Amino acid sequence: MGGGIKVHGVPISTATMRVLATLYEKGLDFELVPVDMKAGAHKQEPLISLNPFGQIPALLDGDLTLFESRAITDYIADEYNNKGEKLLCQSCKKLKAITKVWLQVEGQQFDPIASKLAFERVFKGMLGMTTDPAAVEDLEAKLVKVLDIYEARLSKSPFLAGDCFTLADLHHLPIIYYLMGTDSKKLFESRPKVSEWIKKITARPSWVKVLNLQKQ
Amino acid sequence: MAGIKVFGNATSPSTRRVLLALHEKNLDFELVNIDLKDGEHKKEPFLSRNPFGKVPAFEDGDLKLFESRAITQYIAHRYESQGTNLLPADSKNPSHYAIMAIGMEVEAHQFDPVASKLVWEQVIKNFVGLTTDQAIVAEEEAKLAKVLDVYEARLKEFKYLAGETFTLTDLHHIPVVQYLLGTPTKKLFTERPRVNEWVAEVTKRPASQKILK
Repeated sequence: MGGGIKVHGVPISTATMRVLATLYEKGLDFELVPVDMKAGAHKQEPLISLNPFGQIPALLDGDLTLFESRAITDYIADEYNNKGEKLLCQSCKKLKAITKVWLQVEGQQFDPIASKLAFERVFKGMLGMTTDPAAVEDLEAKLVKVLDIYEARLSKSPFLAGDCFTLADLHHLPIIYYLMGTDSKKLFESRPKVSEWIKKITARPSWVKVLNLQKQ
Repeated sequence: MAGIKVFGNATSPSTRRVLLALHEKNLDFELVNIDLKDGEHKKEPFLSRNPFGKVPAFEDGDLKLFESRAITQYIAHRYESQGTNLLPADSKNPSHYAIMAIGMEVEAHQFDPVASKLVWEQVIKNFVGLTTDQAIVAEEEAKLAKVLDVYEARLKEFKYLAGETFTLTDLHHIPVVQYLLGTPTKKLFTERPRVNEWVAEVTKRPASQKILK
């Protein structure tokens, strides 16, 4: 079952980090198979057969091949439900439905803005491109509106879906981590409940392990 | 089963996504109209239902939800044994469920961002008296073509996107596909034989016809 998990990706990729964090939360063994992004390996065989959209990560578990990080994390949380940390509320159907709401919020409301901002602030620099200050200003103005809603939500419960840490919180980790290393961190730090939530989720041992992979 | 309410607009693709699921399941519900032109979705009391100010919001008894794709998943699970099954045949098998989940993510992250921009440029802008930007249309059509090439290959192997049966993965595409069929972008679907067949299949379903009324 768990012995054959392979992840094709790289430790700096936010989508790969999302999957790695989930594997660590579950205490699962896996092999991280590096992908030569600079050489465009993700757009060619053999990886294009694993993910026809030419993106990382892909995950292999036995003869199952998956891509799209949020489908992979959902699979891991479900298949290995009884191992490691609980990442989805199984017992209460209502809470499961509410977790799905906040999973969608991350994917539909937070990520489209925040990942563009991380691209401007962080990844453009890595690629030798120049940050566009007008784009940053525009994206930060949009992100602030989302974070105000998060602040209100997190004033009602310690985590986004309720009382427990779930995938809905975890999915935010990679982009928040990158933005906290830039001037955009002020948007998070100026909101007490958001700030508290970030401190909690980034302190999780599984997240620390993911960051350690980057150092290797 | 009384007590299902949808707060949305019958023309909105995301509202239609939820209505499709309800029709596929033959569930009774009330559609509470939210006047988008009047900005009703950006004010109370709607904001208490969805703080992001977007339709639809949803209620089933005392469970309140938003985000159309979370709502459809709730409906598919909660009413699994009613009407059309929108989950994979072996829904408790995580491996099978994961294949559908991939398709749902692909719709949300690869298809919809591009397809919705095309609906915005060619349908909504016209409706509110603005001019279509053909340069954007060309750019977005080039992206959509690449996505549909992947779909074409996929649909050569399987009847539907997640396998041999109709699932949420297919359903989530229908509202935006329906709008695009009324625009020149339709050609991107018709020039790919399997995609064309799939579009015809999913849009002729009774539920798909009901949401157009």
